[in-house]
Amino acid sequence: MSTDTPASSADSEPLTEAELQARIEELEDKVATLETDTADDTKKMTIVATQGTFDMAYPPLILASTAAAFGWDVVVFHTFWGLDILHEEKSKDLKLSAVGNPSMPMPNALAALPGMDSMATKMMEKRISDNGTATIEELIELSIDQGVELQACQMTIELMEYDEDDFYDDVTVGVGAATALQHMAESDIQLLV
Amino acid sequence: MSAEFDISQTLDVKGASCPMPVVKTKQAIDDLAEGEVLEVLATDSGSMSDLDGWATGTDGVELLEQVEDGDVYKHYVEKTA
Repeated sequence: MSTDTPASSADSEPLTEAELQARIEELEDKVATLETDTADDTKKMTIVATQGTFDMAYPPLILASTAAAFGWDVVVFHTFWGLDILHEEKSKDLKLSAVGNPSMPMPNALAALPGMDSMATKMMEKRISDNGTATIEELIELSIDQGVELQACQMTIELMEYDEDDFYDDVTVGVGAATALQHMAESDIQLLV
Repeated sequence: MSAEFDISQTLDVKGASCPMPVVKTKQAIDDLAEGEVLEVLATDSGSMSDLDGWATGTDGVELLEQVEDGDVYKHYVEKTA
């Protein structure tokens, strides 16, 4: 649609009052349409959570629960190891990986020893508790309470041989990549974690 | 330092860290009526920036004042709509 001046203005002949009035009405209609289009300015965010380690479970949940506090429409699509975050039992036993983690104050050869992941996880859990940081379970409940849609990738559920009942209540199952993409396309923010 | 507005409710999130001060504030604000003011007490130093950012980006709330009182960060948020 063109927003150029009307063809009649090709020469310098002034517009009649009726023409001006018509032009004003036309513009008013356009403004009204634009205002309607932008009235639903609720921001949308889609996060794809692919990791199931203790440390990587936090960022999507913190961002999702905070975004919900802004009143945004938030979907977190959990796929592959990210599914463990929604798994009621596994979510309480997520491990920090000591190997290949440059932030760990130990060489990989040491980090690979049996029990090191558990030790690193326990240390981190203590820090989290001392710091007043919420647990994964609390963040999941908080997110759900605030209307965040936590989606569990159906393909991964089957791949991992999980049961739909294994997940927290109100987790959305039976969704796939197309559902995630649809929300991503409508989103202002899309993140892959 | 005392605030010059009537406080309807106080939310104590001392000891809690990100994202709790913001998320709990949002939940407390939901329970208030228009025009009421919520006092938020936090020890998370990030709450100064975070609550400001949240209030700026959220419709129907206004951050009236933020005060640092010893170890406690005090925030005053009005529900405006």
